[in-house]
Amino acid sequence: MANSTTGKAKVAEAATVNTMAVLAPAVGWLIPGAGHMIQKRWIRGLLLFVSIVTLFLLGLAMDGRIYKANGGDILDILGFIGNVGAGGLYIITLAQDWGRGAIAFATADYGTKFMIVAGLLNFIAVADAYHIAIGKKQ
Amino acid sequence: MTITLNHFSAAAVFALFASVVFGITHRETTRDMVRYGLYCFAMFLGGALVAGWTMWLLRR
Repeated sequence: MANSTTGKAKVAEAATVNTMAVLAPAVGWLIPGAGHMIQKRWIRGLLLFVSIVTLFLLGLAMDGRIYKANGGDILDILGFIGNVGAGGLYIITLAQDWGRGAIAFATADYGTKFMIVAGLLNFIAVADAYHIAIGKKQ
Repeated sequence: MTITLNHFSAAAVFALFASVVFGITHRETTRDMVRYGLYCFAMFLGGALVAGWTMWLLRR
């Protein structure tokens, strides 16, 4: 009887872990830092949110360029992969037709790199949220 | 509105935010996160300064 109860508790716990292992990375990709916040890592989540969103918005304010899905130059493809990491920020930027880039300014090129790096940093944050969800990290 | 940053300001902003993310994601405890974040920040900015001075020396 006791074994049966313990077994059910383990199954329920495993189901929760599996759900969180899918939910946390998905939410974290869509909203930077949210993958940590739904696992009650509030401060870490907030710091990740502020860092990634600020970097992305600064890139946008510096007239950086956003990459769309493409099958052309390898650097354009890599730029797109980096940008996609920003999740919701990337979707909103594309929907609003922002991030067209101003090639007249050197700072616009910095802005482009800022937005790519923000996406790549969010990929790392997503992986971290997953590791927390599966119990590999506290 | 367009924000214009010079090269060093851009490097400093990049170093700050990248270090925060690296610190949080690469270490387990709060103390280690802070230490690693500061280490990354110093390496990013130090690397930019060293590279800058190296290029200045090579140019002469």
